Amino acid sequence: MPQRRPDPDELLARIRSEGVRKTRAKLRIFFGFAPGVGKTFRMLQVAREAAAQGTDVLIGAVETHGRLETAALVEGLKVLPRLELQRGTATLDEFDLDTALRLHPQVLLLDELAHSNVPGARHTKRWQDVLELLEAGIDVYTTLNVQHVESLNDVVAQITHVQVRETVPDSILERADEIELVDLTPDQLLQRLKEGKVYLHDQAARAAQHFFQRGNLLALRELSLRRTAERVDAEVQAQRADLGIESPWRTNERILVCVGPAPASARLVRTTRRLAAGLHANWFAAYVESPLHPMSGADRARLDAHLRLVEALGGNVVRLAGTQVSVALLEYARKNNVTRVVIGKPTHSRFRDLIRGSVLDEVVRGSGDIDVHVVSADAPGPSQPATPPPKEVQHIAPYGLALFAVAGATGIGWLGRDFLISSDPIMLYLLGIMLVALRTGKGPSLLAAAASVAAYDFFFVPPFFTFAVSDIRHVLTFATMFVVGTAMSALMVRIRRQEQDARAREARTASLFSLSRDLSGARDEGAVAAILCDHVSRGFGGAVRIMAGQTGHLEEVAHTGDWHLDNADLGLMRWVVEQGRQAGQGTETLPGSRAICLPILQPHGGNAAIALRPADREALDGQALASLQAYVRQGALALERARLADVVNATELRAKTEEMRSSLLSAVSHDLRTPLAAITGAATTLRESGTSLQPSQRADLVDAICEEAERLERLVVNLLDMTRLATGQIRIKREWVPLEELTGTALNRLETALGKRPIAVSIPPDMPMLSVDPVLFGQLFVNLLENSVKYTPADSPLEIRAQWRPGVATIELIDHGPGLDPELAATAFDKFVRGQHTAVPGVGLGLAICKGIMEVHDGRISYEPTPGGGATFRLELPLLDKAPDITAAGTP
Amino acid sequence: MTDTEAHGPLVLVVDDEPQMRRFLRTSLAAHGHRVLEAATASEALMLASSHNPAIILLDLGLPDGDGLNVTRSVREWTQVPIVVISARGREDDKVTALDAGADDYLTKPFGVQELLARMRVALRHAAPGPPQQELTFGTLHIDLARRLVSRDGAEIHLTPIEYKLLTLLARHAGKVLTHRQILREVWGPGAVEQPHYVRVHMAELRKKVEPDPARPQWLVTEPAVGYRLREG
Repeated sequence: MPQRRPDPDELLARIRSEGVRKTRAKLRIFFGFAPGVGKTFRMLQVAREAAAQGTDVLIGAVETHGRLETAALVEGLKVLPRLELQRGTATLDEFDLDTALRLHPQVLLLDELAHSNVPGARHTKRWQDVLELLEAGIDVYTTLNVQHVESLNDVVAQITHVQVRETVPDSILERADEIELVDLTPDQLLQRLKEGKVYLHDQAARAAQHFFQRGNLLALRELSLRRTAERVDAEVQAQRADLGIESPWRTNERILVCVGPAPASARLVRTTRRLAAGLHANWFAAYVESPLHPMSGADRARLDAHLRLVEALGGNVVRLAGTQVSVALLEYARKNNVTRVVIGKPTHSRFRDLIRGSVLDEVVRGSGDIDVHVVSADAPGPSQPATPPPKEVQHIAPYGLALFAVAGATGIGWLGRDFLISSDPIMLYLLGIMLVALRTGKGPSLLAAAASVAAYDFFFVPPFFTFAVSDIRHVLTFATMFVVGTAMSALMVRIRRQEQDARAREARTASLFSLSRDLSGARDEGAVAAILCDHVSRGFGGAVRIMAGQTGHLEEVAHTGDWHLDNADLGLMRWVVEQGRQAGQGTETLPGSRAICLPILQPHGGNAAIALRPADREALDGQALASLQAYVRQGALALERARLADVVNATELRAKTEEMRSSLLSAVSHDLRTPLAAITGAATTLRESGTSLQPSQRADLVDAICEEAERLERLVVNLLDMTRLATGQIRIKREWVPLEELTGTALNRLETALGKRPIAVSIPPDMPMLSVDPVLFGQLFVNLLENSVKYTPADSPLEIRAQWRPGVATIELIDHGPGLDPELAATAFDKFVRGQHTAVPGVGLGLAICKGIMEVHDGRISYEPTPGGGATFRLELPLLDKAPDITAAGTP
Repeated sequence: MTDTEAHGPLVLVVDDEPQMRRFLRTSLAAHGHRVLEAATASEALMLASSHNPAIILLDLGLPDGDGLNVTRSVREWTQVPIVVISARGREDDKVTALDAGADDYLTKPFGVQELLARMRVALRHAAPGPPQQELTFGTLHIDLARRLVSRDGAEIHLTPIEYKLLTLLARHAGKVLTHRQILREVWGPGAVEQPHYVRVHMAELRKKVEPDPARPQWLVTEPAVGYRLREG
């Protein structure tokens, strides 16, 4: 066979998976066909070799069962102390996962992969512990017997007639980097058993009689050899793919298995898994939800169990909808290039097929080029659902209603017996049955049908008041009446259930829709979290928490309902955030929790989790969980969107800040340098040629130095004020201040600058005191006055005019200079905007500071031209609080 | 360290900035003062106790503890005038220092004339002469004995509080008084948290005694600190 060039995509995928294999922790499974073949012994031997080469080996859990040779191997290796868990009065011990993760050895030994953890441990199963250890980068050695492999579980049960409850999903075997078969011939094993070298549990001892039979052992050994061979096979194929050799058994098979709530489906799933493994094929499990055949709670629970089994065995679950199972199934199969369909052999009678049609028949007929495998479902095998179906609540009341309806029909019929024709009572009874069916369930309807027949016989069929029937023709009437009654009740019940389902679906759709509508309005992450919290709480009933953050630093983002998180709850949420998988009540991880916790997985990072503590303390069923997951997915997308929006906002803000900084730099570099240059020039002149200068020249230079220094100071003060206002560092300290004190102080401070110009201050005598920060507000007036002084002629008059009405004080500062350039007026209060008199010194911060000060006081500053020329600045300040009583101040 | 003119008052300058000390040393010496310099709080306390200066110029921001503590420690044993020097924007510190016993304050940057004026006032109040019966500020005349206030010879009628307020500031003419100090003196210790009492009555007082109440000449506000009656 010529060398084939490897497909680049395939090669890439392989390189990736190899890269993963190199960096990720290794799982090594010591695989055997029965207890006693020496798996633990072998594992310890390998571990000792590794330890001898300097590897850090830790024994997490190893059962020596008192065997000396095994115990001898443990000697000298580090052993992790067992975790003790208090459960009621009993103290149980378990492998200490947290300590193992903390110690972080290179290799950890964990016997019995199929072990079920004691209640109270984080995971229900040991294999989940193993996955977490691997995730944390710790290599794990473990042991496993063939009967614990999920996909072989039913086969083993058939062979040995021993039902094994503790199973390990096949996916973990596929995850294993090495599987070492520990083999022994059955004769050798039986010999060891005789010598008492095989340890058995008490309960296992009984089963052992059956289990350790030569025939069983041979079959189990074959199974384990085959399973190992399958694995070797896969490796060989991978190797061939590496070298570009076309595989002789290369297939592109895709297998679809049709599952339903029937117990036989579990067997179908396992069979499909084996078939798929043998063919190296992808496989799917489809479930067709038909609106015509709504499911009971028990059915729903069984179906959930089957679908979980599919996932545990590495298959994909597909939920289809359609009125006809066969059509929906085949349509999906065609679309997805399915080559084989696996379907169960019907267990019901041909009669039913005649009425309802046979799914199998339709599939076979419609399959075309798709192979159809029909699998026997006679032996239900280990098909018990993992969780017992919730019992439907039985009430007495509906039965009472049924009897009441029959009595009512009888009463009306009896009272009206003289006016009615003989068939009317039958109609009345049928009406009663219909009403009962409409309001109650199957049982009461059947009761109503039976009671109706009896009552009709008793009251309306001669001889009256006996159940005896004189005319044999009435028997046909009874039979028809009963059949019609039951059929009608069945139909009614079905319609009602459909209606309930439809209503529930509609409610879910509506609530999801309202969630997405509300989420679309949320602006930031906090709002999204609050909305999600609220909807989950309303939709599922209970208290909800959302927490986010990095490992170890979880912070509450939103909460609804009264729920004090204890350490267990926090631990649950932390685990979910770290692992990105769901946990808690009703799941396999931390099932003892009182809440269920789901990760909020956002496509581009962001760690968050949502926890729901149901109000009725019942775990969510599969459907509700799926619905909750849908909620959380929507929430995750909205969170992501909000987060990205935040990032965009931050970027914009940064750009703006950057822009401001650059304009600040250019303004500052000019305005700071000019006075500095003047000072330096004047001072050096004085130093170099002080003696040769005229006294008037010297005085001039000295004045220049003083003036420029003052200018520099004003500039620095403004810059500092602006920075503090802009960065929100100013905490305003409001005090009650009369307006005239503020204006008076400002005028006082600017005494020299104002010179001789006329200043008119008009403040109404009843002007209320203002609640402002006196320093900031004083600064505001200083800036405004300085501004006017700067831009108006030296003798131009200034005016300060105040007015007030309830709720607002208005203060105007009016000058009669040139006024602001109309183009500039709009941006006058922005930073670094200056009037056209560029010769006037300043950075253009004065008005921006005024605006900032007004804003921190919840007030407003505006500009308008003074009629007749000039600038008017108007300050509007809310008068919110009642000013303190002035007269009180007068009486010390 | 000391100037040749050995008869002027001894000034202790406490500032951690060498440039500030250099400016103060030169300027004060040129005006006939003797100067002692300290760069830290501990040095300041040591020099204050060993040299008994006539006045202390104290920067509030010192590397080894703040000037406020120096004020308090010094006040434990002497009433030597203290003029606090501080940067702008630390009004709270200034008020605390004044309430703790400092006599006056100056905000950096300041001119030498301003500094000398403050020092003069502080020194004068530190060495009180015989109690004066009459005080005059420009056209304003206060006759303490007869409780009469007049402007340009015309008598002004003041309420008892306004009179107390005016005479308090007049007795400390030129010196800043904090809101707390004024409230304690005029209204009593129960009113120290009500600065608007002072503000309201000050506004009334200005209307009566100031020639132009909108631009007060005598009763000036020290923003966020208190009031001062300006001299001359």
